[in-house]
Amino acid sequence: MISFDNVNKFYGDFQVLRDCSTHVKAKEVVVVCGPSGSGKSTLIKCANGLEPFQSGTITFNDISVGDKNTNLNQLRSRIGMVFQNFELFPHLSVLQNICIAQEMVLKRSKQESTERAFALLERVGLSNQAEKFPAQLSGGQQQRVAIARGLAMDPVVMLFDEPTSALDPEMINEVLDVMVKLAQEGMTMMVVTHEMGFAKRVADRVIFMDQGQIVEDEKTDVFFSNPKSDRAKDFLSKILNH
Amino acid sequence: MGAFDFSVIFDNLPFLLKGMQTTLLLTAVAMFGGIVLGTLLALARMSSFTFLSVVATSYINFFRSLPLILVIFWFYFLVPLALGRPVGGLYSVLVAFTLFEAAYYAEIIRAGISSVRSGQAAAARALGMSYGQSMRFIVLPQAFRAMVPILLTQGIVLFQDTSLVYVVGLKDFLVSAELIANREQRLIEMFSFVALVYLAICFSASQGVKFLERRMKR
Amino acid sequence: MNYNWDWSILIAEPYLGWIVSGLGWTIVVSLLAWVVAFSLGSILGIMRTTSSSLLRGIATFYVEIFRNIPLLVQFFLWFFIFPELLPVDAGTWVKREMPMPEFTTAIIALGLYTASRVCEQVRSGIESVGTGQVAAARALGLTEWQTMRYILVPVAYRRVIPPLTSEFLTIFKNSSLALTIGVIELTAVTRQIEEYTFQGFEAFTAATVIYSMITFFVMWLMKKIEVRSRVHGMIGSGG
Repeated sequence: MISFDNVNKFYGDFQVLRDCSTHVKAKEVVVVCGPSGSGKSTLIKCANGLEPFQSGTITFNDISVGDKNTNLNQLRSRIGMVFQNFELFPHLSVLQNICIAQEMVLKRSKQESTERAFALLERVGLSNQAEKFPAQLSGGQQQRVAIARGLAMDPVVMLFDEPTSALDPEMINEVLDVMVKLAQEGMTMMVVTHEMGFAKRVADRVIFMDQGQIVEDEKTDVFFSNPKSDRAKDFLSKILNH
Repeated sequence: MGAFDFSVIFDNLPFLLKGMQTTLLLTAVAMFGGIVLGTLLALARMSSFTFLSVVATSYINFFRSLPLILVIFWFYFLVPLALGRPVGGLYSVLVAFTLFEAAYYAEIIRAGISSVRSGQAAAARALGMSYGQSMRFIVLPQAFRAMVPILLTQGIVLFQDTSLVYVVGLKDFLVSAELIANREQRLIEMFSFVALVYLAICFSASQGVKFLERRMKR
Repeated sequence: MNYNWDWSILIAEPYLGWIVSGLGWTIVVSLLAWVVAFSLGSILGIMRTTSSSLLRGIATFYVEIFRNIPLLVQFFLWFFIFPELLPVDAGTWVKREMPMPEFTTAIIALGLYTASRVCEQVRSGIESVGTGQVAAARALGLTEWQTMRYILVPVAYRRVIPPLTSEFLTIFKNSSLALTIGVIELTAVTRQIEEYTFQGFEAFTAATVIYSMITFFVMWLMKKIEVRSRVHGMIGSGG
């Protein structure tokens, strides 16, 4: 569904991504992990064109993301994204947050988008918060709304950029539970995270990045039991002994 | 309408230069005086002596709610009255500008001092420094470093505001140019010249401040 | 100090009538100039934050020109120079037949100048909303224009209510400059009274009190607006 071919990205002189090549197949759940600054967030931000890249290609269902002629807005309506800082629109209610893009981009009627919004709020366990504003919700609740907002566009793939990193520990599970359910329902997902428990539970593959390169890219059980590189072994030992 | 004749500018350059001198003098004095008085006002406003704080706040709010022209009229009228004899417009105007600008500088300085983390003052006091010492050696130096760009920008605003001495006929750059314009019937040339000169000076100055800001961030 | 106090002049005709009329001119000039400044300034502020370098360039050029020339000089340019630069017919109309030339010129000069300042406030408001919000909106597929209209502008305007209030007050203060081209607004009136009666203290006090009252009133009004526009839980300067 999404494939990365020799993607290179620079911020000025600094190389953030080096020859990254990988893919995410339909219905696959891929976890991307690695130390800070490894480029993992940048990689998925390139997938929907939020970040430009200098060389290589990224293809989404045969559409080239880097191509100047690609209608990025259309593309993005098919790819859902959840951010570390939730990024709910503070001046809109929960319901409005979920409806706005449905109405503006997919041109759905108010009635249709509202119905879908309520269905999604039900799915993430927040049906009675529709009229509240983001500042009135806890972090975990906000992130669940953000997931619902992404799902409202009926995307074929969901990208997650460290969805639980900004949450207090007691709220991490409520968000992970929603994500696990999503994976079990067959959503294609690419998730940047440190939550290895989540990876072990639902990920089909794990990608490990370090200093802009993809160092490991294999099935979950292989990654955890027998990583090939020393860097990955080192990372795992540090993170699993928490 | 005859062709433009810009030679009128060159013919009267010395006179115009003298006017610019007055403008610069006004700017410099009001800026210096304004910052000194403004600092005192800011400190008074932030002090824990209610009386001082109230007086300073009232002063600041008072001058900030009035048009500068009115303040100029006030002092042009009041200063000779208070001294019991006529004075040249220059002194009245200097007083007016200094007192007026002080209110604006006070707010900039207060914001600057507040922006220095309170932990700094606390650390200084914990080491045994007095309030005065902690202000002088720890807080104010840090505050001023941050404030320099904004203080300079206010100076550029002041430079433009000095043109208002027009209302009392003091011969600054604008008034000098206007006198020539009326005498030689060359309004377009003179006023365009004035506009261009101000544009050049203020634009360069503001670019200079931006450059300084960037350098200070490093 | 040798001074004869006489406060009664303030309530005597014709001086009282002058004061009322002067205040009237001050208010009308300020309000109309604000309409110009706010609308034009908002457009410019948005232009300065779009991705089009052409639009950004135009807005930046405008701001730099109008910000770096003293307001008084701008008044003179509009009043004395602009009519001369128009084609002959238009120029004659402006000079002879346009109604209330001083008044109109004052509004244009003040409005266009203040627009450059409003532009900067709006721009900084939009920029303060944060790239994360923009990323979230674009990730949903919203276009740049939709992002600007529904996500950036509503939040930005709530944030810049205080500085915009300040600009609104500044227009009232700057309206006094209109006296240099012949608009008999409040400050001009009190100067006139001073020249006629030599009771400068009383005359200028009247103006001072009135300007202070205008300030209080506007600040009170803006506080009301700020409270009503507050979205539940979203603080103006935080978010």
